[in-house]
Amino acid sequence: MSTEQIPALRLENIVKTFPGVRALDGVSFTVMPGEVHALMGENGAGKSTLMKVLGGIHQPNEGQIFIEEQPTVMNSPLDAKAKGVVFIHQELSLADELPVAENVYLGELPRKSFGRVDWSKLHADTDEILKRLNVGFGPKDLVGDLSIANKQMVEIARALTVEAKAVIFDEPTASLTDAEKSVLFEVIEDLKSRGVGIVYISHRMEEIFRISDRVSVLRDGQYRGTLETADTNEDEVTQLMIGRSLDLSRNVQHGELGAVALEVRNLSCGNLYQDISFQVREGEVVGFYGLVGAGRTEIAETLFGLRDPTAGTILLDGKETTIHSPIDAIEAGISLVPEDRKGQGLVLGMNCRDNMTLPQVDDMTAGSFVSDGAEVAIFDQYRDKLEIKTPGWKQLVGNLSGGNQQKIVIGKWLSMHPRVLIVDEPTRGIDVGSKSEIHKLIRELAGQGYAVIVISSEMPEVLHVSDRIIAMFHGRITRTFTSDEVTEDNLVQAISGITPEQGAA
Amino acid sequence: MQKSVLKNHAKEGAIWGFIVLELIFFGIAGEYMSMTETAFLAPDNMILLLKQSAPLGIIALGMTIVMINGNIDLSVGATFALCAIVMLDSMTWPILAPLGNWAIPFAWGLALMTGMLMGLINGLIVWKTGVDAFIVTLGAMLGFRGLVFMYNGEQPTFHLNWTMVDIAESAPLGIPLPILVFAVCIAVVWWIMNRTVHGRNAYAIGDNREAAVNAGIKVGPHMVWNYVLIGFLAALSSITFYSESGSVNPNDGMLYELWIITAVVLGGTKLTGGRGSIIATVGGILAIQLMRKGLGFIGADTAMVNLVIGSILIAVLYLDRQLNRKGEEELKI
Repeated sequence: MSTEQIPALRLENIVKTFPGVRALDGVSFTVMPGEVHALMGENGAGKSTLMKVLGGIHQPNEGQIFIEEQPTVMNSPLDAKAKGVVFIHQELSLADELPVAENVYLGELPRKSFGRVDWSKLHADTDEILKRLNVGFGPKDLVGDLSIANKQMVEIARALTVEAKAVIFDEPTASLTDAEKSVLFEVIEDLKSRGVGIVYISHRMEEIFRISDRVSVLRDGQYRGTLETADTNEDEVTQLMIGRSLDLSRNVQHGELGAVALEVRNLSCGNLYQDISFQVREGEVVGFYGLVGAGRTEIAETLFGLRDPTAGTILLDGKETTIHSPIDAIEAGISLVPEDRKGQGLVLGMNCRDNMTLPQVDDMTAGSFVSDGAEVAIFDQYRDKLEIKTPGWKQLVGNLSGGNQQKIVIGKWLSMHPRVLIVDEPTRGIDVGSKSEIHKLIRELAGQGYAVIVISSEMPEVLHVSDRIIAMFHGRITRTFTSDEVTEDNLVQAISGITPEQGAA
Repeated sequence: MQKSVLKNHAKEGAIWGFIVLELIFFGIAGEYMSMTETAFLAPDNMILLLKQSAPLGIIALGMTIVMINGNIDLSVGATFALCAIVMLDSMTWPILAPLGNWAIPFAWGLALMTGMLMGLINGLIVWKTGVDAFIVTLGAMLGFRGLVFMYNGEQPTFHLNWTMVDIAESAPLGIPLPILVFAVCIAVVWWIMNRTVHGRNAYAIGDNREAAVNAGIKVGPHMVWNYVLIGFLAALSSITFYSESGSVNPNDGMLYELWIITAVVLGGTKLTGGRGSIIATVGGILAIQLMRKGLGFIGADTAMVNLVIGSILIAVLYLDRQLNRKGEEELKI
């Protein structure tokens, strides 16, 4: 480290304890001006606690924060911002009903006498920042009307209202398309060239390797080391994160394929998707890959009876089937593990057993009372089968880790003996270690003869678990790949609406 | 972006379109079905309607602020009655009685302070305990009403001061005083909500409270101020009404909160906060008053009026929902 440069931000030996937990155990971390410093770690490794300490939401029990080598105490998020540390949150923190300008200067509206808002200054200042970001919307546009990417830009615009010394990006690309990501990376480059220190938190390796200069890793609240991005690779980072290496290679093991379990012919649903046809065989995993809004989830919802198609037919075992409700779907043997596990898949305040037996509790009665024994038997069976780690069936599902929660949802549907299992974003918000377990489980289920549909926004995941991959763009299937012919390049082309060269495959 | 601006204007305009429809309907129906000789649309009748809209309308302005802020206040009806008692009774207190007519401003001041105090209590409890505003003000509704009954039991409280009645019945420039008070309140509250930092922060808090907290907005104090404001407006409404009548029953103001919330929601304010318009609330109040008065004019009884307004409320919110989201993109339940 050169002597003339002082760090933009330095954390020294930060300790933060909560009752019974040592969330941060002596974490040190330095960000130089003009550096993109990636921060990685599994869920629960302490990243978010560290950021809360940095943002003044929590006060550290020990340790010190330095901004340009000045010891600093962060009293509140606003205080942190005033001191030059700005956060760009993963969860958009915007007021949808308000215009862009008021969101950019949220909490800091320029004032005139009598507490009046200085509108002309507000609009002029916002306009200047938006010009710097080179965005296609103006200060008076309503935030609720903007795309997710543009909302992200509003968040970034907020960071530019002060002379930031350090900007923290927390999973900024979670909901961005590739084109939008490029814009974001340009903004990061621009901040970098202005000498701002950048902390970049992400689970996505390819992004880390694309934009970061150094990577620091946390595990179990402890600092595990810093690597120069140029001198390391994904394996090394993963090993630091989980203490072992992970197999995320292409799926090669093809199971025995049985008869066609599910066939969809020319299915359409209004503007959401059109003319969808595909088949899934027993023992096969079909991956659906595409950008957010490409219509993948909506197809799953149609198959599960949550939406009525406007045209097309669904065939199960070669017989035409109409599905108007989840009850129809379950009876026909289709199950959906939804995208939003906590919101759509589980009743968080209920215990593990009750969640698992939720769809069949009607059938488990002794007289007019629910039979406890039968429920526990089912729970035990699938706990063992799926290796769900929980102290017992009485544990509230909300207290389980993401991976175990997902297994409860999967167990719930397996206990209904489905033919077709649809899994939407199987590992969203699940940490790296548990991800591979879920992937293994999906392959095993296919091996047992289930027809499985996996919808995912993560390319490595789709590549890893699928026998065939269906690429979607704007509500249409653009191409279907077998796992032998798919490459990252042709998959990206297919989901971006770029027509593949004829005869390439 | 243009489209959304248009859509918003159309939404705010909808309530006025509804009012025009009501005017046309009652104007024509009144010709055939009315018991009286006068036309429904006669200027005197319309001015009377505005005057009768003022007490509910003034409180509805406050309710709009509180609801934009993401809260609600169910205690306004009880506050309304309590302030009336304080105003009327205080004029007989030994300290004020000897002042003669000079007791009037003091009585008014005491009523306003009572309203603000009730609002302050609500606001502080909502802020400091974190209990949902619905529950806090539901408790306050019962509690404040309890205070009203403790004052005089089942007996009405009355005090007639003819000077006060004269002031209340005066009509500067030919416009009855309650309408003027209502108009001034509309202007001031509109200015607060649209031109001041406090007003804009209130919107932001109601829209996304977490974002507001993260941005360093002092959410609690803003909420308290808004409760104080609605308390003040409830007291002001009470003053404009009871200065004229001079007598308050312990049951007065009951169900006011529900009429007011109905009007505010009809005006397009979101129950969850973040969106709402002062002007549209005025539209909501006028629409309800027109409906009540119009149905009465063509001979419907109160029960019928309630049934119709209740149905309209649900129908309007259903329409709003259908227009706001594309039906096809919504999941079936």
